[in-house]
Amino acid sequence: MSIISARRISQAFFLVLFLWFCIVTSSGEKWRQLRGWPVNWLLEMDPLVGLGTLLGTHELHKGLLWGLAVIILTILLGRFFCSWICPFGTIHQIVGFLGRRKEALFQKIDSNRFNSWQSVKYWLLVFLLSGAAADFIGFSATISRDDPRRVWLVAGVVCIATVLLLAFYRLKDQKNMMIPLAVAVFFASFLNVVFREDQLLQHSLQTGLLDPIPLAYRSINLIVLPMVDASFRHLSPTPRFYQGAWFIGALFFTSILLNLKIPRFYCRFICPLGALFGLLSRYAIWRIGKTDAKCAECLMCEKNCEGACSPSGRMILSECVLCFNCIKACQTKQIAYQKEPSAGGELPVPDLSRRGFMISFFSGVAAIPISRTSGVMAANWNPGLIRPPGTLSEKDFLSRCIKCGQCMRICPTNVIQPAILEGGIEGVWTPVLNFRIGKSGCRHTCIACSHLCPTGAIRPITLDERMGKGIFSKSDPIRIGTAFIDRGRCFPWSMDKPCIVCQENCPVSPKAIFTKILFSTLRVPAPLIISSADSTRVMLGGAHLVPNRLTTGDYFCRLKNPQDPHERLIIENSENHIVISPKFPWKSLPETGKEIEVFIRLQQPYVDIERCIGCGICEHECPVSGKRAIRVTAENESRNKTRTLLPGKSNDHDRF
Amino acid sequence: MDSKTAPKSEDRRQFLIRTVKAALSIAGAGAIGYGFHKHRRTSSSFEVKSLIGFPDFSIPGLEGRMCVAKDPDRINALKRALNAMGGIEAWIREGDRVLLKVNAAFATPPNLSATTHPDLVYELASLCRKAGAKKVIVTDNPINDPLSCFSLTGIAKAALSAGAEVVIPKEHYFKPMTLSGGKLIREWPVLYEPFAGINKVIGVAPVKDHQRSGASMSMKNWYGILGGRRNIFHQNIHDIIKELAILVKPTLVILDGTFTMITNGPTGGSLSDLKKTNRLVVSSDQVAADSFGATLLGKDPGDLPFIAKAEAAGAGRSDYRSLEFKMI
Repeated sequence: MSIISARRISQAFFLVLFLWFCIVTSSGEKWRQLRGWPVNWLLEMDPLVGLGTLLGTHELHKGLLWGLAVIILTILLGRFFCSWICPFGTIHQIVGFLGRRKEALFQKIDSNRFNSWQSVKYWLLVFLLSGAAADFIGFSATISRDDPRRVWLVAGVVCIATVLLLAFYRLKDQKNMMIPLAVAVFFASFLNVVFREDQLLQHSLQTGLLDPIPLAYRSINLIVLPMVDASFRHLSPTPRFYQGAWFIGALFFTSILLNLKIPRFYCRFICPLGALFGLLSRYAIWRIGKTDAKCAECLMCEKNCEGACSPSGRMILSECVLCFNCIKACQTKQIAYQKEPSAGGELPVPDLSRRGFMISFFSGVAAIPISRTSGVMAANWNPGLIRPPGTLSEKDFLSRCIKCGQCMRICPTNVIQPAILEGGIEGVWTPVLNFRIGKSGCRHTCIACSHLCPTGAIRPITLDERMGKGIFSKSDPIRIGTAFIDRGRCFPWSMDKPCIVCQENCPVSPKAIFTKILFSTLRVPAPLIISSADSTRVMLGGAHLVPNRLTTGDYFCRLKNPQDPHERLIIENSENHIVISPKFPWKSLPETGKEIEVFIRLQQPYVDIERCIGCGICEHECPVSGKRAIRVTAENESRNKTRTLLPGKSNDHDRF
Repeated sequence: MDSKTAPKSEDRRQFLIRTVKAALSIAGAGAIGYGFHKHRRTSSSFEVKSLIGFPDFSIPGLEGRMCVAKDPDRINALKRALNAMGGIEAWIREGDRVLLKVNAAFATPPNLSATTHPDLVYELASLCRKAGAKKVIVTDNPINDPLSCFSLTGIAKAALSAGAEVVIPKEHYFKPMTLSGGKLIREWPVLYEPFAGINKVIGVAPVKDHQRSGASMSMKNWYGILGGRRNIFHQNIHDIIKELAILVKPTLVILDGTFTMITNGPTGGSLSDLKKTNRLVVSSDQVAADSFGATLLGKDPGDLPFIAKAEAAGAGRSDYRSLEFKMI
């Protein structure tokens, strides 16, 4: 079997595995649902996820150690991930192949020529990582002596610094990156150490915007599967909706269609993960290269070169995605995967300018503090930003969330939605709850999203913790917000109509929505004057009533003067007579000429903020179908004590 | 005319061909435009073809029978009550296609009694199968997410293991329906598809507190065949329950009062909302069943306007003692 066939098998395997993981990510008991399938595996293998969260949170969450294995293999082998595992890369390769298969040889060779814009992806990587790492240097500088992580940090930094120094001496022909790196480190440490208390530098993880693995998960989960399943309905009995998903889809499909112009456009120019692998592959033990400097220069090796790494001439190592097409294409078998550097010469990375590094580094560091000047993390927070139960406090959350959409896919009720600008510019595509979409609010007997989240941005919680039961019975349930009644839109509050659907559907026990009874006087065109009466029936002078309108069981009447001790249920009426329930007959017959008042009995809803957990089932069920008469906003959410409406209550759910 | 500028026959020919093509294009566009043009203003809504209701599922000659079993165990209670009513064979015949309308409204575990108990579903479905039913369907249009509801309540598993089919409503299962003489059910989407080919319907519901209507029992259980934004009917809860009771004429209703949800209904959520009342009603009269059920909630049937309304509309009799009534 040729190496190409092996590569194709591996690509097909991981693509199918990835699609399978997306399909099975739905809660249920069937074998094709989430029954222990390691659906996050590809995300965990993505070292940019591990690295990004490590920089911001100073810890590597659960399965993210898989990324380390990929890093080690990349250091040894080169960018094997891109052509052997990455499902997004495989999609690009297939589309690129299909779109260009009829092109002439020279056109193919031409489109696989190295392009200096390929260095853009490195600037994107630097930009995104420096945004996540802004205060990592400060953390490193101030890490306590007792912290067990300290010794590992020192060991790691020493090793990497040694490598960088060696590089400095060995590769004299490269532009020296040590100076900008040193400036950057010095600058960041200075700001960090001096302004630490003032939080001048802030970090948030934005790699997920462009990181291909979260991007692929997000696009398949939120666009492709809902679209395909809308016709088949195998995955979900009702169609699933995701707000603003068209934009996610537009990016996904555009990046795929760009392959028709330049093969692997995304991988070559944009992919920050590819850039990371490119940097890591600098010392790869084995690499592709020419065995002999002299060759026929037929350029056949570049006919299907996926990475545009110019194997025919001076090989650019960091761009090689190990597709091995060049080895197969070489007519004279002069290209090999070998330990020796290419006989045609080698460049470890494309020409990366110091200026480019500085610009992307400093703009990355500055981007987050700049975005936070809008105040969305402080006084100007958006009450519409309701996060799933178990979500960390906003800052911690933003240093972990990779926008992969797994929580949105698993949510059985489809209420978890990709944020547009609810959480500010940093929160794009992070999970936010929209109770108008989906089936019935955030089910309070569900903790699926918290257990699926690959980075712990939504921490794993138990049902007991969520409901404040069992060993958590001393603390409050986890609240994600509070329901507020919009009395101007509520039937019993402003329209004299009975309703209380919100009260009925409130799932907590005792209910967080309670009612108070009000007998509201009915609007009648003229006073209802009694013309005659017996023990349950009154005849009225004048025809002012609509026949049978008062017989719904909600209408009562009462003598106005002298006042009745209680309201009496109306069971029958015509234009000019009323019959009351025989259970409470009048003791003394109403006098002719007296006035009788008709009431509608209303149960008006109130919210008990100590019990309300913000699940939004009330909002979902409210019959006022446009802007609901009861709506949940984020006040009182457990993850942020400063938003509490209950001073002195124990709100410890934002802690590990 | 100069011979160089004079049209050659070749040119003329091309011109003619082009003219014909242009004429055909114009004719095509014109035909479509003319054919689809509407002189009158379009009406604001298109006509909906509305169904007029369900067939009568009750068995002639067996109306007005009811049995209440006192038993701490609901399965025993069901078996004994059915035996006292002539056995399941009296109600389900060989080859019948049976629909069990359960209450699966909420995604809560069965011990909270907010939904029909899975043991009851299993037993009833098995009995129907044993009696020779060709097909048993279990369905409901729940309030919470349907998949979660059917799985968490245990109803799906129970139904499947008893050889019944679980139908989780999809959008196209609903058809607009108009109840003749109805004021509320007019061109309203109703879960119709699962009823296709069905000749026996059994409603199986728990007894629950319900603040708006006073109680959620057999008749309120039919709320679960309504689709659309059905909560709008809460404005007029007693009339909608009455109309539902007229709309569905079941073969039997089974009202499970082994536990009664006394408070915090209809969702419950805590064992302290329940009271052990040890009663199970099997009845071919849903009004009578609910009338008895009210007493389990400590209410007088007269306190629940929907009972009187349903009775007045001819859906059954509230005075269950006047029926062929047994208490065992």
